Amino acid sequence: MSAHQVTPNESKYAASARNFRNNVARDLNNAELRENFHGAMHYLRDKRSAAFPQQDELETLREQCKLIKQRCLAKLPYLLEQLEENLTSNGIKVHWAESTSQANDIIATLIEEKSGSQVVKGKSMVSEETALNDFLEQRNIECLESDMGEYIVQLAKEHPSHIIMPAIHQNKKQVADLFKQNISDFSYTTDVDELINVGRNILRDKFCQADVGVTGVNFAVAETGTLCLVENEGNGQMCTTVPPLHIAITGIEKVVEMLDDVPPLLSLLTRSATGQIMSTYFNMISHPRQIGEKDGAQEVHLVLLDNGRSQAFADEELRQTLQCIRCGACMNHCPVYTRIGGHAYGTVYPGPIGQIVSPHMLGLEPTKDLPTASSLCGACGEVCPVKIPIPKLLLRLRQESVKKQDGNSQVMKGEGVGRSNIEAMVWKAWAGVHRHSSIYNFSMWWLTRLRKLMPSKLGVWTSVRTAPKPAAKTLHERVKKHQSSGAK
Amino acid sequence: MTTINTQHLRYYPQKPSEVYLYGTCLVDSFFPNSGIDAITFLEKQGIKVHYPQGQTCCGQPAYNSGYKEEAKAVALAQVAQFPLDIPIVIISGSCGGMMRHHYPELLDDVPEIQAFCDRIFEFTEFLVQVLNIQLTDNGQSEKVALHTSCAARREMGVHITGGKLIKQLKNVELITHENESECCGFGGTFSVKHGDISAAMVNDKSNNLDKAGVVRYVSADWGCMMNINGALEYQKKSLRGEHIASYLLKRTQAQGAS
Repeated sequence: MSAHQVTPNESKYAASARNFRNNVARDLNNAELRENFHGAMHYLRDKRSAAFPQQDELETLREQCKLIKQRCLAKLPYLLEQLEENLTSNGIKVHWAESTSQANDIIATLIEEKSGSQVVKGKSMVSEETALNDFLEQRNIECLESDMGEYIVQLAKEHPSHIIMPAIHQNKKQVADLFKQNISDFSYTTDVDELINVGRNILRDKFCQADVGVTGVNFAVAETGTLCLVENEGNGQMCTTVPPLHIAITGIEKVVEMLDDVPPLLSLLTRSATGQIMSTYFNMISHPRQIGEKDGAQEVHLVLLDNGRSQAFADEELRQTLQCIRCGACMNHCPVYTRIGGHAYGTVYPGPIGQIVSPHMLGLEPTKDLPTASSLCGACGEVCPVKIPIPKLLLRLRQESVKKQDGNSQVMKGEGVGRSNIEAMVWKAWAGVHRHSSIYNFSMWWLTRLRKLMPSKLGVWTSVRTAPKPAAKTLHERVKKHQSSGAK
Repeated sequence: MTTINTQHLRYYPQKPSEVYLYGTCLVDSFFPNSGIDAITFLEKQGIKVHYPQGQTCCGQPAYNSGYKEEAKAVALAQVAQFPLDIPIVIISGSCGGMMRHHYPELLDDVPEIQAFCDRIFEFTEFLVQVLNIQLTDNGQSEKVALHTSCAARREMGVHITGGKLIKQLKNVELITHENESECCGFGGTFSVKHGDISAAMVNDKSNNLDKAGVVRYVSADWGCMMNINGALEYQKKSLRGEHIASYLLKRTQAQGAS
């Protein structure tokens, strides 16, 4: 697993995404990993399916939530200002970060201003995006993951392999072995409940000692200035109520217009993600601790991160990428993700959503293999709770990737990097043949006549399949004969 | 799981007296029997079938590779081949999805392109929804599986119709295979660009079909079947897929007929 070890520098995800093909080869051949993902994904598919017994209700809710997110995105600049205004008047300080390094600087400065040295973190994929843990470690600030899956991943010096289930790539025996190596008084067990208790006992002390709690945000409500946090372990509540300083970090697309937007989104989020009708905890943070209140952070901050999101926002089609509510259903249903697992992508966000969002965060150069790593089967788009047309966006990214550079306006960082002169020529020739039926028919006539010369080895195709053989005569020819002989 | 998707709701015409057949490039040069069988089957329903000799390919390979202009040039050449206002029956869900759902955007500067796209019907969809066909099964009793392509399932919403047709065959038992709705791993150029992932997918799909204990599987897409049959043959398994047009023709022919 050392391949997933983190090195603290800004472009570590770019480097690992660039290595996609090698990562795939490595993880496809890991039978245990394949089995872990296969089992977990099918479990999650069944859970989701059971949570939506009424197809009509599901489809109505998906349409409703798509429209909510599209409305909020249409007003995004305005809603962000409104959010800042209302959070500020509630006593929550708002910070803007264009890049991941800016976000990390803001957070480290806030912690250091309070002379903080111990951070507990609720699950936050945006903080993974900024590689916050590595950054804080360099500044001698201890940052402990408090979500059980994140805790396991941190202990193993790995990245989350799934956005909802960070340690889904490990089975219980692997977790037990990990605990044995890292926890001194661990009495060996592979019982899941006992393993969780071991982690919880360690974390319980840490919550009480920590100076700072860092969490993500699922929905930031502009109308009321409220931060909503969905979680199952109570660790999010601990992080936001016990330490004196709470720093929330999220992407700018998480803003919703009003409180009424939250219930349908929440209902779809939990059911799509884990098949739960409702998460165990749902926190709404509207202000720091007030006089007379027994818990809550004394100071609350929100860091709003762009990191490529405004690039997606600028294009009406690509903007749909930002509708995502991070449920992970697309990965659970993806035949590619199920086989290669989350680490192979090399990006923070794996699976179909990662394939369409990562090119905005890292540019198309390091991520150019991601948009093509899909059979476009459509399973992701079919289950997406906010109806992001993921296959269509993958196609669009393929177009951006092979686009001829003409010096005109740029849609994406790194557009055109996937273009090779040879491939461009092949498609040009292909179009030349297929747009002229006389050339096409002439070519197919020869293809069928030369069928015996067809090679039996066709590169990667014949590594697991036999080569297809052209027929003796084309359908075009056969139809002529069929018609002249008169239909039976 | 069945998904009701409003994009799949459409108007179905009365039974026409003439249709076009779109054979697809793969069937043209590799599997022409399926094209002839589809034509023969439609003719047996009393429909005159036109097969324009100028048809080539729907343009999907270039389109899925990001080469939109090249795809567009080829797509335009197809549209010109089907001037009569009659249904275009297509014997592949994948090419059907391309022509029905991607042409409107690809050819958005072509006047009345939507009217062309509205004439596209996938073969099984046409039999069930337009012809309201009632099949008479004259074959031996046997068990078969059905592989519906992802395009048929999710783009065209016609994965139901293939199953409906098989269920009309009284001597045929339709067996569900494990992970039936999962992709076979073909995906056109995906199978070449990411050959190792595609290989893992087709190995699983062919194993699941083989484990189903059927004598054959049927499908309305030769793209998937070229992939799956190739894997089955490589694994030296006897199971093969057959195009649903050929299968229906064979099952409904009077016994003793050739």
